[in-house]
Amino acid sequence: MALMEKPLQNEQGQGADCPKETVIRARDLDLVFQTNDGPVHALKDVTLDIDRGDFVSFIGPSGCGKTTFLRVIAALEEPTGGEIMVNDLTPDEARRLRAYGYVFQAAGLYPWRTIAGNVKLPLEIIGFTREEQEERVKKVLELVDLEGFERKYPWQLSGGMQQRASIARALAFDAEILLMDEPFGALDEIVRDHLNEQLLKLWERTNKTICFVTHSIPEAVYLSTHIVVMSPRPGRIHEVIQNPLPRERPLEIRDTPEFLEVAHRVREGLKAGHGYDG
Amino acid sequence: MNWLFGSIAFWVAAWALNVWLANSPWRERRAVRIAIPVIFGISILVLWEGVVRGLQVSPVVLPPPSAIWARILQSFDILWRDFVQTAIKGAVSGYVIGCTAAFLTAILVDRKPFLRRGLLPIGNFVAALPIVGLAPIMVNWFGFGWESKAAVVVAMVFFPVLVNTVQGLSEASEMQRDLMRTYAAGYWQELVKLRLPAAMPFIFNGLKVGTTLALIGAIVAEYFGSPIYGMGFRISTEVGRLAIDMVWAEIAMAALAGSLFYGLVTLIEKWVTFWHPSQRG
Amino acid sequence: MTGDWMREKVLPVLTVVAAIFALWYGAAIWMNSSWTLAQAERAGKTLTFTEIVKDTMSQSRPKLPAPHQIAAEIWKSTVQKKITSKRSLIFHGWITLRATLAGFALGTAIGILMAIAIVYSRTMELSLMPWAVISQTIPIVALAPMIVVVLPKIGIEGRLIPKAIISAYLCYFPVLVGMVKGLRAPHREQLDLMKTYNASGLQSFLKLRLPSSVPYLFTSLKIGIAAALVGAIVGELPTGAVRGLGARILIGDQFGNPMQIWAALTCAAILAGLLIMIVGLLQRITLKRMGMAE
Repeated sequence: MALMEKPLQNEQGQGADCPKETVIRARDLDLVFQTNDGPVHALKDVTLDIDRGDFVSFIGPSGCGKTTFLRVIAALEEPTGGEIMVNDLTPDEARRLRAYGYVFQAAGLYPWRTIAGNVKLPLEIIGFTREEQEERVKKVLELVDLEGFERKYPWQLSGGMQQRASIARALAFDAEILLMDEPFGALDEIVRDHLNEQLLKLWERTNKTICFVTHSIPEAVYLSTHIVVMSPRPGRIHEVIQNPLPRERPLEIRDTPEFLEVAHRVREGLKAGHGYDG
Repeated sequence: MNWLFGSIAFWVAAWALNVWLANSPWRERRAVRIAIPVIFGISILVLWEGVVRGLQVSPVVLPPPSAIWARILQSFDILWRDFVQTAIKGAVSGYVIGCTAAFLTAILVDRKPFLRRGLLPIGNFVAALPIVGLAPIMVNWFGFGWESKAAVVVAMVFFPVLVNTVQGLSEASEMQRDLMRTYAAGYWQELVKLRLPAAMPFIFNGLKVGTTLALIGAIVAEYFGSPIYGMGFRISTEVGRLAIDMVWAEIAMAALAGSLFYGLVTLIEKWVTFWHPSQRG
Repeated sequence: MTGDWMREKVLPVLTVVAAIFALWYGAAIWMNSSWTLAQAERAGKTLTFTEIVKDTMSQSRPKLPAPHQIAAEIWKSTVQKKITSKRSLIFHGWITLRATLAGFALGTAIGILMAIAIVYSRTMELSLMPWAVISQTIPIVALAPMIVVVLPKIGIEGRLIPKAIISAYLCYFPVLVGMVKGLRAPHREQLDLMKTYNASGLQSFLKLRLPSSVPYLFTSLKIGIAAALVGAIVGELPTGAVRGLGARILIGDQFGNPMQIWAALTCAAILAGLLIMIVGLLQRITLKRMGMAE
């Protein structure tokens, strides 16, 4: 896994303006699930560093452990071996400090709460004052372009709008790490393009660390600073591709040769990763 | 004979009207959806009246609706007193106690998955049993007053509400629970903000089943001993005296009480679970 | 796998059952001890705790009989009695079972026919469905005494039919609701497919709607058979019946014999369990044959 050292070096070389700070540090992470059909090796020897402000995409065929890795970061899954630290804390300690905003593939909004009520949910749990709740709800709904829908119920909104609301919910309490598990996977391509563009702007403005699971190559290339290519059985990291595209990315960048070149590298990586799967 | 044929003709006409309404362009209108069953109900009453009068059925077998109505007006004081004794004191108090107890038990049981797995099959089974048979025992334990009736009702509503609540509490999806974990929410926060609201449609299923059971329990318990009033008491004594019109008057009251009770719970359900797909339509 | 099944399913149930028995014994001691103590006081004796416990377990007319007393009573009135005897619970169980099955058959038939009518006719749906719901909010027990008294007057003799009617009244509704759901279960595409074959109404009913409804039907039948039993017992309770499990409860009450009530109640519970199990078994066999089993 010498590969894994690369992004770290690259970061240090590139980020001359501000000192890079590692937020998530995984070393030789292992996770074995015991199932009825015997043990399943969901993660094997995963070593990876993610720096503050990175946008990291995880891509790979199903069963490669990309979602599992996200869940390990969020302390929703306990690794069976290796080490993982988030801000020099264990994931569970970081969870208790509310370090994570998690966005699932389904929006998972509560149908009995309005959009504003849904965004308010984590704020109520964490215990913000009433005024601050209102203020933050207003701010994040603006951020995801949902002003005016505060009093609507989720089932009165389209799928894309629901997913935007769920992103607002994850942003509301200013968690420094945003974990997104195929958030746009269930949406059609047109809506998806639009949300990708918005997500980039949002990242630009908030400078959060984002871990993003996807199985769309263009999505991964368009969004991220690093693309982690994973392969299945056992789930492991095959390659980490440093994305050379500039941070300023209009949608049209996807037609440029540079973009296609990166996409090509990802595709090659996926192919090769699948190769020694036998 | 005029009565007979007249009423049959009326019924046929009413049915034809309903057929026309049900296939008319306004059939989705609220007013039409209410009018059709009402017209059907009225046509049945008219048919009943006509058949009884036309064939001169003995009032001991089946009194006409008009006679039942007259009896209701005449004996309203008695009926009201019976209603308060049976429906309010017996059924409603037992219902409230039983549902509250079941709800609290469900919350306790839910904390231990082991208990939940053990209690759910047993609760399901007990909910299907003829618990109403406990009536004589409760009368023996708690006396002739409304307390024994309430006790029967408690026993009858407890298990359906318990089972539905326990099931409902595990309704929240895995993903939504994960979400709560990422917020580092405590047990009570998760319960109040996620699992209870998600359980409400199930809880109300149990509560609705309970309304019917409550009245049945309260009435049956009176067959085994009661003060000299109450719906069950009245029915069993008036049947003995062959005052069938009074029996029907009580049945009408019981039907009204049952429907109102059920309707009230359904209304609260609509208000609480407005967000559920079954209520949005 | 079987170990898991034991741990996950059987063990919790057994634990809860054991807890119920423990509670029951505790309650029996507590509830019956007042009589024991009163007796002792009258005799001027003081009892030790073990003596009290022993006495509460063996009273002939306890407030709450202990489970083993009920078991003994059931043993006495089943195995040790001839089946034809008026004191045999098997005899009384049979009377109740007959009424239950008759009511179940009647209720199921009514439920299915009404469901078909409702699915195929909008007028029927709009006229009948609200009344079917209302019919379930009416406490049927209010009707029971009258049905029993009035039916003989119009020439229907015997107690079987009145009881079966009450049974059917309780049992038809779950069947109706389940069948309506089941007959409407086929997807739009499946119905459209039948249309492309130019299938007649009867053909698409027999080949599509009816088979699709079978799983729903069985789920309802399980509820229906339990409801039918409740109906049969309710039909026996208030009407001065002398045969049947409900009648045993009634007579036990009149003669102040709680043991008999509890024995009859327990038999009713066992009967309910058996009936639900049989329907469940039929469900599994049928669905397996139809290739619908999970």
